[in-house]
Amino acid sequence: MKKKANINRKLCVACGCCMTACKKEAISIPHGIYAIVDLNKCVGCGMCVKKCPASVISLEVMSRE
Amino acid sequence: MNKKKWYDYLWIFSTTYLILGFFNILFAWLGMICFITPLMIALIKGNKAYCNRYCGRGQLFSLLGGHFGLSRKKDMPGWMRSTGFRYGFLIFFLTMFGIMLWNTYLVFAGTQELKQVVTLLWTFKLPWHWAYHGTLFSPGVAQFAFGFYSIMLTSTLLGLITMVLFKPRSWCVYCPMGTMTQTICKIKFRTKEDSKQCL
Ligand code: SF4
Ligand code: SF4
Ligand code: SF4
Repeated sequence: MKKKANINRKLCVACGCCMTACKKEAISIPHGIYAIVDLNKCVGCGMCVKKCPASVISLEVMSRE
Repeated sequence: MNKKKWYDYLWIFSTTYLILGFFNILFAWLGMICFITPLMIALIKGNKAYCNRYCGRGQLFSLLGGHFGLSRKKDMPGWMRSTGFRYGFLIFFLTMFGIMLWNTYLVFAGTQELKQVVTLLWTFKLPWHWAYHGTLFSPGVAQFAFGFYSIMLTSTLLGLITMVLFKPRSWCVYCPMGTMTQTICKIKFRTKEDSKQCL
């Protein structure tokens, strides 16, 4: 079970620090509202977690629906 | 993939801007670019490309706090990351901006003398006459420059403090421009969705 980045959308400020930090280009900020993670691209490296100034990203085991 | 783009160097513009203000205050007017561009992008394109790519100030904090390690890299306290604080700071900031515009107006109208000071943190008045060499226009033009530069210097200072205390780009959490552009994007997106549903 691999961990993936999970973003708390309510508190995301859409600054884009996570986007710049992600080497897998897994993060995008559609419509400038909050960041979303493409779970197929995310490798759970945690780079974005470190960079997020609002500290709203955590690595979590995603349960498949 | 990791190749640097031209816009990755916009921190040089931001730094130069701050330095120029020490030589001639009228350069402060250039700061309007950093006010109008993000709002325009948000209003027209409906995204935060300015924050995400082009903001030189954000890059400067990333550089100083990240590469140069001038940051403790600790989480900000919860209240500082709350929506209430972000919007509260935005309202405070806009109020102070309004007062600055009013003072500029008074100088334009001739009811107030030009004050050659830069006010730091809305409190501390620093004499700044060395950077004023007169203007061809009304002294109001210079008054706006002093006021605007005060805002830019104050926000840089706050940004540097929170950069050192917390994460490099902590300023971006409560940056009034960031909050404003995000809000515009939210409203724009919502109205777009609503109009879709109406059809
Ligand atoms: S770094 Fe954090 S606050 Fe900024 S866009 Fe990414 S998740 Fe949102
Ligand atoms: S954990 Fe790594 S791969 Fe996943 S989104 Fe964050 S930076 Fe990208
Ligand atoms: S939040 Fe403010 S400082 Fe940060 S990138 Fe956006 S405009 Fe620049």
